[in-house]
Amino acid sequence: MIKAATKTKPEPKNPMEGILRMDRIPHIWCPGCGIGTVVTSFAEALKKNKEDLDKVAIVSGIGCTGRVAGYVKLDSFHTTHGRAVPFATGLKLAKPDMKVVVFSGDGDISGIGGNHLIHAARRNMDLIIICVNNFNYAMTGGQVAATTPLTANASTAPFGNYEYAFNLPYLAEASGATYVARWTSLHFRRTTKSMQEALKKRGLSFIEVIAPCVTLYARRNRLGDGLNLLKYYYDQSEIQHGADTRGLDISYQGKLVVGKFVDKEKPTFLDAMNQHLSGVLGDKYVPYGAIK
Amino acid sequence: MPYFGNLKPIIGEIHINKDRCKGCAFCVEYCPRDVLELSDEFNIKGYHPPFVKKPEECCYCQLCETICPEFAIFVTVKEEEEEGEKVESRS
Amino acid sequence: MKKSKADPKGVLTGSHFMDGDHAIAEGGLAAGCRFFAGYPITPSTETAERFASRIPMIGGMFIQMEDELGSIAAMIGASWGGKKVMTVTSGPGFSLMMENIGLAAMMETPVVIANVQRGGPSTGLPTLTGQQDMMQARFGSHGDYRIIALSPDSPQECFDLTIEAFNLSEIYRVPVFVMTDECVGHMHEKVVIPPAEEIELVERKWYTGPIDKYLPYKNDKDGIPFMVKAGDGYLFHTTGLTHDERGYPVINAETQKINVKHLIDKIDNNAEKIIKIEEKETDGAEVLVISYGITSRVAYKAVQDAKQGGIKVGTLRLITVWPFPEKRIKELAKKVKSIVVPEINAGQVVLEVERVTAGKCRVVSVPHYGGWVHDPDDILKAIKEAV
Repeated sequence: MIKAATKTKPEPKNPMEGILRMDRIPHIWCPGCGIGTVVTSFAEALKKNKEDLDKVAIVSGIGCTGRVAGYVKLDSFHTTHGRAVPFATGLKLAKPDMKVVVFSGDGDISGIGGNHLIHAARRNMDLIIICVNNFNYAMTGGQVAATTPLTANASTAPFGNYEYAFNLPYLAEASGATYVARWTSLHFRRTTKSMQEALKKRGLSFIEVIAPCVTLYARRNRLGDGLNLLKYYYDQSEIQHGADTRGLDISYQGKLVVGKFVDKEKPTFLDAMNQHLSGVLGDKYVPYGAIK
Repeated sequence: MPYFGNLKPIIGEIHINKDRCKGCAFCVEYCPRDVLELSDEFNIKGYHPPFVKKPEECCYCQLCETICPEFAIFVTVKEEEEEGEKVESRS
Repeated sequence: MKKSKADPKGVLTGSHFMDGDHAIAEGGLAAGCRFFAGYPITPSTETAERFASRIPMIGGMFIQMEDELGSIAAMIGASWGGKKVMTVTSGPGFSLMMENIGLAAMMETPVVIANVQRGGPSTGLPTLTGQQDMMQARFGSHGDYRIIALSPDSPQECFDLTIEAFNLSEIYRVPVFVMTDECVGHMHEKVVIPPAEEIELVERKWYTGPIDKYLPYKNDKDGIPFMVKAGDGYLFHTTGLTHDERGYPVINAETQKINVKHLIDKIDNNAEKIIKIEEKETDGAEVLVISYGITSRVAYKAVQDAKQGGIKVGTLRLITVWPFPEKRIKELAKKVKSIVVPEINAGQVVLEVERVTAGKCRVVSVPHYGGWVHDPDDILKAIKEAV
């Protein structure tokens, strides 16, 4: 470091250290993994929104992305596989004044947790779901997932995947989510902006972030390393805000349509409950959220 | 021209945590000014961390800081002796 | 432990004629439960229905989740949000909840689950009684852990034991089960609900020290860690992985031993404080009848008949089934000739009795495969043969 001044300043710290549990860093993610980038995007979103960090809770499931809860210095919960969304539902309903973020992977949220995802969206629970999509079940060694593109190779589809994959934004919108966006980990500033909007918005926000999985998805499909996958995102992604979610399927190494697709207003579960019950019961109803 | 008299481009000072780096080279590849390059040295895990090849080119865009998956690199504003126009962080 | 009085808004003081399911709901409300996440399943649905219709006037949350898996997950989340939580289910739902019951045990989260047992296995007899989940309550989830299970024998006890269940789960930070059955659940009887001031409740041990010194799983003097809730600035982490005092996952054998032993010792070391049994005429008895739940009421008739026939019979009713009252049964095993265990299953609690008595006296099982209660004469026959 070139310093001409006579005064000595303390060694500057990485701004991420404020939001990370530094006693658990370095983290377990592979070289070239995109999850770290998404965590930085999330931290930036919290900073830019000037969120009260005491009032944001993060819930993760099991998997590589599921480890995020363990590294972030918020009230964080590392729950069972697929059950992060209902856990977050319970937490949000018990503490309606908090912002509850579900930060988990594609297998956890749309595979084993698929039922909970569509019902949380149907109820328009006031949650933010950040689904990091690396196209496989990475933590257990790269098995095929509900989001693995057709013909891709995975450890339990060693001759290529012959199942159709979920179109996650379509699924979320069709179930009733009021904010749906998809980005890649390369679009980190746009991801931050989406997360900021989702944090400010009431209702179920679903943000899919496509991230590289180097050790498993890329290796099994001979796609190279993190740089190659990021180049694929760079070459093939196209920003189409407001695109029809029906056309957002991802074929193997095909076009990635990203952007903000849905941003609408709808009463949340608690709003609808309070409104309806006070209409029906009048003064006898004790509105929820008023009593802690 | 007097309007531009006091404006100076910000120069960023890059701090690299060499031992946390896993040599993915995202920062090297995506720096818009090609400021970084992978070094030949090994860190304690055996990876090649980047080094600042062209420190005067860094324009404090903080792209390397945001894309690094290891939280191993960050940029601060380089202090100058003379006073310059204050500009906020671009991130 | 903080003692508190019940909130009068939730206490339906008075003399009522209601069934066990309704009494469980009223017990929960009286205990301060303000969060219910459930899923309908015969024969427990009435509890959820009553809660749903009562809670809007009291102030709380009822949500019918998409399945039992979501229910138990939402309950654990709400418990970490500071609420007292409960749900009600039956056999098939109980099985679905098992993974997250393990999570609640591992994270040391207070939750109350009522299981209105029915005939099993699988879909079994949805509308008919059984007591076939007793071992499952104890061993249902994977891994080693301890839970508490109570067994009411009447709608009045359904009310009382639900409140007791809440207090126990708050003190020991453990899932507590109210193991009733379809017979008691659908039986209408008099239930007396006392005034709110007479109901004693216990709150969980809230941490009140400095934020930066908080360790989520550091044991207090009584062996139970302090709890916090999300949103109070503690920025804590908790996980289902084997963890250390900070709540961070540590994956090695040493931490596993400390962690699992703690979950076990928490209940085993306090078993004497937790266990509740009801003994009648066990002094000088030749035969001891050990039963629980509805079967204890059926056994009463058999015991009366046996006494008239000249047999000295004592009864031991298990109000707490888990932790199992080992100490008392070991003592009694030395004094009686035999123990008769009638239960509406193929023999579950009798296995514990056999283990505990270790051959000191004869143990006779009176199984009933489910669908109805015992014929008292079957139990009488077993008592006569046991002498």
